[in-house]
This record gives sequence, structure tokens and C-alpha cells, in this order.
Amino acid sequence: MLWNLIKAFVIGGAICSIGQVLVLKTKITPARILVGYIVTGVILSAVGLYGPLAEFAGAGATVPLTGFGHALTTGVKKAVQEIGFMGAFTGGLTSTAAGIAAAVFFGSLAALVFKPRPK
Amino acid sequence: MQGTIELRRRPRLCMGAAIAGKKEGEGPLGQAYDRIIEDDLFGEESWEKAECRFFYTAADTCIRKAGLTNQQVDVMLGGDLLNQITSASMAARELKIPFLGLYGACSTMAESLCIGAMLVDAGHVRTALCAASSHFCSAERQYRFPLEYGNQRTPTAQWTVTGSGASLLSCDEHIPAIAHCTHVTIGRVTDLGVADANNMGAAMAPAAADTLVRHFVDTGRSPADYDLIVTGDLGRVGHDILMELMQERGMPLIFERYMDCGLQVFSPEQDVHAGGSGCGCSAIVLNSHILARLRAGEARRVLFMATGALMSTTTSQQGETIPGIAHAIVLEGDAACSGT
Amino acid sequence: MFDKNAKPSPQRQRQLDSYKQLVERMSPNSNLFQGIFRAFWVGGTICCFGQFLQEAGKMWLGMNNTAASTFCSTALVFLTALLTGLGVWDKIGQYAGAGAFVPITGFANAMVSPAIEFRREGLVLGLGAKLFTIAGPVLVWGVSISVLVGMIYAIWPW
Repeated sequence: MLWNLIKAFVIGGAICSIGQVLVLKTKITPARILVGYIVTGVILSAVGLYGPLAEFAGAGATVPLTGFGHALTTGVKKAVQEIGFMGAFTGGLTSTAAGIAAAVFFGSLAALVFKPRPK
Repeated sequence: MQGTIELRRRPRLCMGAAIAGKKEGEGPLGQAYDRIIEDDLFGEESWEKAECRFFYTAADTCIRKAGLTNQQVDVMLGGDLLNQITSASMAARELKIPFLGLYGACSTMAESLCIGAMLVDAGHVRTALCAASSHFCSAERQYRFPLEYGNQRTPTAQWTVTGSGASLLSCDEHIPAIAHCTHVTIGRVTDLGVADANNMGAAMAPAAADTLVRHFVDTGRSPADYDLIVTGDLGRVGHDILMELMQERGMPLIFERYMDCGLQVFSPEQDVHAGGSGCGCSAIVLNSHILARLRAGEARRVLFMATGALMSTTTSQQGETIPGIAHAIVLEGDAACSGT
Repeated sequence: MFDKNAKPSPQRQRQLDSYKQLVERMSPNSNLFQGIFRAFWVGGTICCFGQFLQEAGKMWLGMNNTAASTFCSTALVFLTALLTGLGVWDKIGQYAGAGAFVPITGFANAMVSPAIEFRREGLVLGLGAKLFTIAGPVLVWGVSISVLVGMIYAIWPW
């Protein structure tokens, strides 16, 4: 288990560091970087490169946003295998539903409970 | 050259009021403000309403300190940073003073003073109230991100001041004057291609240099003729760039006699990166610290110039660069005036 | 200005170029090494914690792989929502930059913070409509590209 944690730390940290380099060196806004990350994740996963990384690093590869893209692709592929062409439309959101639903639900809940604070 | 108007009747700046937020109150000028509001909501339900109340309170305080009533003020000029300048308009709804709303982004305090001084000088009004406000929280949500969003500020970013300032101009000899307005120089919109909304100082500095140069050429004066040259919210970056630009143009500013409100309003320990910004920044510093120095005779001739960045989130997203503007007004202390 | 093919005059171009250089010279840069270090250790810690949640789910809560990874992302989203509401997350974001916004925590923060902020404009057009203002593009592009990938996958003759 310790070895798994170390792998997650190093790979996850490295993926985040690349994002930080982009922020500081290119003036690309974080919103664009995030879109870039998820699209990169989808594509790397589609060509079969992200799967082995996720296998190796576990949460280190699935928790960053590229992992979200990877989940979209694996979901889509699985659904296409099961139900054919229409699976392209159902698979992605099925496999990522937990993260999205949790963010919507907890976001709404937080909005009802908390107030924004001045700095 | 163009844009400089001499005010022959020397309208009197009689009173100023500055209402500041908590963080501003903890800054180096904290003692100078009329009131410090600890609550970011000022008892209201939203920051927009709070900003409106800041505006109202500054205007109201200024009128009462001058010993006047709202009915004795002929016109109010003012604005803020929000869409459709709602803080100013809604405060005017309560004040019931004839109102001209202005938008000059962070240059609004100087813009309102310039127009107010010209109206008084021309004899159209006896008394004019000039005011401007900004609020960190309302500006942040309109121009940037929600407050709780964990974005990283760049070192060139500036911090919007929460506060409002108001000045009362009059030609009434019975009201004691702090200073006299002698010249205004109206700014030109200047754009040297800066598109980074996190580097407003750099976007506005060329406009400031343009206005300063025209002012000096038109009046035949030089930086040495002023005890103090004040810019609104250029911040660390804009301050340094303006020094450099004036050097290039052969009219170097004297370091000891040049101050930027954005650098004065917070201390470096307050983690505001390049300094303060917003309409309220120059408004509260002028109406507290600078008027106090004029009143005490420490500064006898002051050039007050507030700078504004005239972009919106829409134009930024469409890839437009940021146009800047700077309006300047000369304030001469009452003592200096009686001597001449 | 309104002529789309017009180029700035050489004189204006020189002015723009020299001003650009001046701005670059005068503007302080972020510390690259420090930024990377912070992003690395915070981002790494978040991922490491996610791994711990997965392992814990499998080991002590009897979850299978799918349930454990769902548990991991849901728990991270929940904790981010909590820290955002308590006013802590924006400080972590300011400190860690990409270390905080690249993991799923950043996605959660991007939805929770506008929800809290725009609550004052009402439950439907405030909270409801603004929830996706920052995170929306990520979903739009992620989902669209993945649908394309699925279509190609479905018709590709492997």
C-alpha cells in the first residue's frame, strides 16, 4: 500500500507541476488549461497511452483532470462494445456521473449552508 | 496641445469625506479616513447594496461636514466600477440631488472633479458634489472570479479598494476652502497594446504619461512646479513604468514628490501584490490624506490624476487590448492662493 | 481601426514593441521553481490522499474497484465543497495554483464557489444557472471529444 501511495504522490504531483509550468510560462488562463487537460486525457486514453499510466499510478493518474478525460473515454469504449454506436453518447457521462453529480449536489448544498467570505 | 482648461474663477474644494473598508482601515492611512466599515456587507444583503451604501455614506458625510443640506447641493457627479454604475445611481436615488452618472473606470474621482470644477467655474452651479466608489467583493465577482474560487493572483495583479470618497466643490465664499481648482487636463484614451487584465498598471501608465505631458506643455510648467503629483492606482508596475516614460519624454518626475494612491493605501505586508486599485482607491486617498496635507500647508500645489482602464470582461474575451485614460486636476492650497 | 487588413504604421509598431519590452522589464515574474514545488507537493498530496481513500475503501469497507474509485472522487469533491464553504480552499488555491486546480478538487471548487457566490441572485437563475460558469467548458469539451472518440471507435474496423 505504501508503494501505491508513493506512486500516486509522484505521478499526481508531476501532472500538476506541468499545469503550473503552463500557468507561469505561457499566460494561458487556468480555464483553458483545464479544458486542455481533459481533452488531452480523452485523446491519450483513446490512443491507449493513459490506460497503462492509470494502471501504474492509480489515483495519481485518475484524480487529476486528465483522469476525468480517461474515465470519459473508457466509459465510451465500454458502452460502444455493449450497445454499439449509440454507446458513444451514453458511456462518457455514465462513467463520470459520480464526480459530476457530487459536485452539483455538494455545490448546491454548500450554497445553501455557507456564505461567501470577504478576504 | 489640447485638453487643458484653466479655471479662472478658481472653484473652491471645500470638504472631503472618505469611507473605507476593513482592510483599507488596517492600511497605513487607516487613521485618516472619516469612517472605517468593518462589515464587508455594511449591514446590507449583498455587496452591490453595500457599495451603494458606501457611496451614499461618503456623499452624506461630506455634505454634513460642510454644514450643508442635500437641497443646497446643485448637482452630484459620480460613478463606480459596476455595470450601469448602479452603486452611484442607487445612492443618488436616496440622496435626491440632481445627478450626472459618470463612467471612467478607476479615473472616476478625477473625472467627476474635472467636470464639477468646470461647472462651478462657468457659474452654472454653485455647489457640486463629486464622488466615486468601489468594493473589492462586487468588483471581483463582476470582473474576475467568485471569491471562494481558488485562483492564483499574479505578482502584477492589483487589489480593488473597498471604499468611497466624496468632495464638495463650491463657489460660495462662506464655506471655508481647503484648496482651489486651477486647471484641469482631460485625458485621451491611450492604448499601447497591453491585453493582460492582471497588469492594469502597465495598461494605464501610457495614458497617465500622455496626460502629464500635455498638461506640462499646455501650462508651461514642469514636474518641479508641483509639491506633489498624485496618480490614482497605477500600482507598483505602473508607477515604475510612468517614471520611465516621463524620463524618456524629457520631463522626469521627482521621486520624492510623486506618489501613487495604489501604493499608499495598503502596506506591502497586506498581500495585495502590485497595490490597490479601483475608483475608491484614489477617492479615499484624495479625500483623506491629500486634502489633509493641503489643509496643513505641507503641499501647496498638487496635481491629482486618476487613471482608468476602460475594458470590460466582454472586450477582454474578444481579444481587445486595454485602453487607458487619465484625467488631471490641479489643486492649490488655500494658503498658497491668498499669497498670490 | 475598423479596416481589418490595416497594419499599424512602422512608427506605431516600434512604439508598441518598445512598450512591450518596457512592460516585461518592469513587471515582476512569478517564481517558477517555487510555483512548481508548491504545485507538486500539494497536487501530489491530494492524489496520494485519493489513493489512500481507494485503498481504504477496498480494504476496510469491502468495496470493489469501481465503488472504491467512485468513493474516492465523491469524497474529494465533498471535502473540497466543505473547505470552499469554510473559506479555506481559495487560500490553498492561491498557494498551490495548478496543484489545487488540476485534481478533481479544482473541478469541484469551480462549481461550488459560483454556487455559493451567486446564491444571492436566487435559487434558480443565481445558484442554478451560475453553477457551471467556470466548470462548464471542461464538461462541454470533455464530453464532446469523448463522443467523437466513441463514434470513431464504433465505426473503426479493428
